[in-house]
Amino acid sequence: MNKIKTIFKGKFLFIFGPFFLLWLLRYIVPNYTISSKTPHWAYIPPKSCLGGCGSIDGFIPFVDWTNALIQFLRKYEIFGLFTFRDFTRGMANYVDKFLDFTEAVLHKGFPSYEIGPLPWIFIITLTVILGFYLRGWRLALLGGTCFAYLILFSKRGIWELSMKSLAAISVSAPLAALIGLCLGILAVKRKRFANFLWPMLNILQSLPHFSYLILVVIFVGIGTKAGVIATVIFAFPPMARLTILGLQNISQEIKEAGVMAGCTKWQMLFKVEIPAARSPIMLGINQVIMQCLAMIVIAAFIGQPGLGHDLLIRLQGLRLGEAFEIGVAVVLIAITLDRYSQALALKEPERREGNFLKRNPYLCTTFFAIIICSILVFLFPFFNEYPKELTVSASVYLDNAIKSFTRSLFVPLGIFRDWMLIYFLMPLKAVFQSMPWTGVILFVGAIGWKLGKMRLALTVMLFVFFIASSGYWVRAMITLYMVFASLVICALIGIPLGIWASKKESRTKLVLNICDIFQTFPSFIYLLPAIMLFQISDVSAIFAIVIYSSIPMIRYTVFGLRNVPQQIIEASITSGCTERQLLWKVKMPLAFPEIILGANQTLMFALFMVMIAGFIGTVDLSQEIFRALSFSDGGKGLIIGLCVAFIGLTADRLLVEWSNQMKKKLGFIN
Amino acid sequence: MDDQIKISCSNIWKLYGENPEKFLKENNNNPSTEQLKSNKYIPAVRDASIDVKTGEILVIMGLSGSGKSTLLRCMSKLIQPTDGQVFFEGKDLLKASDKELIEIRRHKMGMVFQHFALLPHRTVLQNVAFPLEVQGIEPIKREDRAKEVIKLVGLEGREKYYPRELSGGQQQRVGLARSLAVEPDVWFLDEPFSALDPLIRKEMQNEFLRLQNMLKKTIVFITHDFDEAIRLADRIAIMYEGLIVQVGTPEELITKPATDYVAEFTKDIPRSKLLNAESVMNNEDKKLYDNTVNCKEKIEKIASKVLKSEGSYSVIDENKKVIGSLSKKEIIKALFAEDKNE
Repeated sequence: MNKIKTIFKGKFLFIFGPFFLLWLLRYIVPNYTISSKTPHWAYIPPKSCLGGCGSIDGFIPFVDWTNALIQFLRKYEIFGLFTFRDFTRGMANYVDKFLDFTEAVLHKGFPSYEIGPLPWIFIITLTVILGFYLRGWRLALLGGTCFAYLILFSKRGIWELSMKSLAAISVSAPLAALIGLCLGILAVKRKRFANFLWPMLNILQSLPHFSYLILVVIFVGIGTKAGVIATVIFAFPPMARLTILGLQNISQEIKEAGVMAGCTKWQMLFKVEIPAARSPIMLGINQVIMQCLAMIVIAAFIGQPGLGHDLLIRLQGLRLGEAFEIGVAVVLIAITLDRYSQALALKEPERREGNFLKRNPYLCTTFFAIIICSILVFLFPFFNEYPKELTVSASVYLDNAIKSFTRSLFVPLGIFRDWMLIYFLMPLKAVFQSMPWTGVILFVGAIGWKLGKMRLALTVMLFVFFIASSGYWVRAMITLYMVFASLVICALIGIPLGIWASKKESRTKLVLNICDIFQTFPSFIYLLPAIMLFQISDVSAIFAIVIYSSIPMIRYTVFGLRNVPQQIIEASITSGCTERQLLWKVKMPLAFPEIILGANQTLMFALFMVMIAGFIGTVDLSQEIFRALSFSDGGKGLIIGLCVAFIGLTADRLLVEWSNQMKKKLGFIN
Repeated sequence: MDDQIKISCSNIWKLYGENPEKFLKENNNNPSTEQLKSNKYIPAVRDASIDVKTGEILVIMGLSGSGKSTLLRCMSKLIQPTDGQVFFEGKDLLKASDKELIEIRRHKMGMVFQHFALLPHRTVLQNVAFPLEVQGIEPIKREDRAKEVIKLVGLEGREKYYPRELSGGQQQRVGLARSLAVEPDVWFLDEPFSALDPLIRKEMQNEFLRLQNMLKKTIVFITHDFDEAIRLADRIAIMYEGLIVQVGTPEELITKPATDYVAEFTKDIPRSKLLNAESVMNNEDKKLYDNTVNCKEKIEKIASKVLKSEGSYSVIDENKKVIGSLSKKEIIKALFAEDKNE
């Protein structure tokens, strides 16, 4: 802890001084408060007001400019032939071709050839065999269970909904992976392109889901293909990033071996580099699939049919039992997809010798399974179409259970909720709303400068200035308040839990496994329990944010504590440290840089979730973005998205730099 | 160009820094250590000139960071030197087009790496066949050839294994096989045995010598291990901070070290293993004694019998001509190198 003290000693005044001074100003200058019609310009940026003041626009009209650009793209004909929108719609039609095929295979069938969709027995059997091939019977069991649940509980059509979602994913995931791979390769081969791509990826990965949706609505329209395209755009950045990392981390020797063998450029790429980087690239595919699933669920807002759509309707109608059933389906699919693609990423080629059957056991099994399944389908209609009479639904019981559960907990939960609101959230909100924007700019600038980088200081100041000048300052501060409140709670839960988990190998394993599972859920799912417990309020939004975003906090704490070098621990024990001293004097200071990184990730997760939580009615940026979505206001959607991205990037830059500097001081990195 | 010389490097420079070409030109292609330091240039190789003769084993040796690997990579143009010339069989490598370079590498060069650099997704057979595959040789032919080389390095029966299933020594055998698959003229080995255990290392050195006896390649071998160098080398080049300090046979390095650095290096080498009768004998005394020794005999072998006997031994060459004599005095002098200052 001393290290942290010395970092701040003497700098405290420098960093917080001007900020507090400006904050205090509002008690001296009378029209400094939010309640007055025209608050002082140094306090709240001109024209940016929380509703009430008419339409919101900043003193720099970014929204208008963006809308003008969008209009231009819609109307202007390139070479007098077609507009940009024609182009995007044309592309979308190509996507539609693929989509027609996957949809036909999975749930529509080919009516013109009188062929139905793939019978359920095929899907389950193939999933199980694939599971066996990729890792073994546990994975096969998981896959089998997942699809068995889907078919068994399809009284309200969960199977068809799942197939719709899977059809969309099976188009968008390969497309996103391909785009990401190509961009990644290009960035590695062309330095200049990399300089352009990195900041783009940073922004793309911190834009909220809805910004994409709005732009896609404008340029593509609504419906399945729009959802798929939004998903592709949302999902390719991690693939590009992991491709770049993978290709850059190939050992120099392997590349030299390729050159010395006399490879041409293409041979190098396809025979040496891509295969050598296959693990990170496959992990990229895993990420792409998970991002696709998360986005497909959210794309329900622009009319993407499937699980997300029905989940959304049920949530809006507060039919929680049915929503729960669908939620379980989404979660099962998420875990299955995640585990399968992870197994694929870690799969090493296996040596098999002998005859054809012995060398290709899975190929042969698949072949025979297909024959047997075909015979079964031909003989028994049961295997072709699962009879409706045999499906079940637990939604009625679930509804009752949820009702009696919330009824019995109504009073204590209500008390808790009100207590949180009155004693924690409201005061915090007031604090954040009263922060002068000039002070905040100075504050982040001072931190940036103290971390020793003029460039860093200017960048983060520019980010904050953008938010202030765009007219969404007050909203942004409310978003920040929600994020900050969640961050505090996450730290209060995550750090102790991480400490507890790091004490024993078995606990670490358990906690990390739970984290793994929770992380695979699409963020939207977390609204379900939040609404069940706390109805519609800031508390339920923060509850959803906290469950979603405490995962990285726990994970990084455990990682930091467990990665303290064994030698140092042994040295401290032999110096006579008690358990407590060991933790607070040795392990925590050494793990602190990692915990900071955890806080950074938590903040990013929280920002994403805040935007989704707008669905249950908060008054921050997310409400504005929902409004923008219903009016198809592309400029507003993009600018608010950028505001959110810049909040995230500001925190990210500062925290990562801080963590790096501490690591340098501790000698962990050079 | 002398056809005995396979690779000829002259005045090779490799600097790392802002604009090394310009810096080098401004300083008349010969900046001093101080100039390099004050301008923040890191010299990897400085003014290195060396010829590799056909059929010899040239060992480049030096500590880590001495520039030996960089020099090797300049020879195969894996790294573009900042300045200097490299001739491969009389052809200027630095002026060769990409296409020509690919051709030269495909047919004339083979390289073995410190950490094996095997492609993890390919079997032993596919790894060894890889250089043939990129040449576009048809599968059956290249697999036959690969099997031949695998047999040569003693890995028969492991063709279908993946690199991760092999031990370090076995993996390096695959590396050797791969580099030999195209029957290269020149064989570059970059610290090939450094990552192996001492016992395996010895075994691999023997294996290497066995292969070289059969194949008679021109070899450039990098190592930081002086024992390994004297075991394998026809000639040794010692590098220090980017400079080639001395080039010579192992005997020359020990008997006539060019600098204190080389002397320091060679100090701990058991001289008896290296020196022969000829290099330590008394040249003036050409009398024929009762006992004789061959001039090429290593001191290690003859020391005990000379020390046991009272008189001197005559040293004779292949033609039985007496060229000098050995007494206890010479042997002791050879075994316990005298301090230069005395």
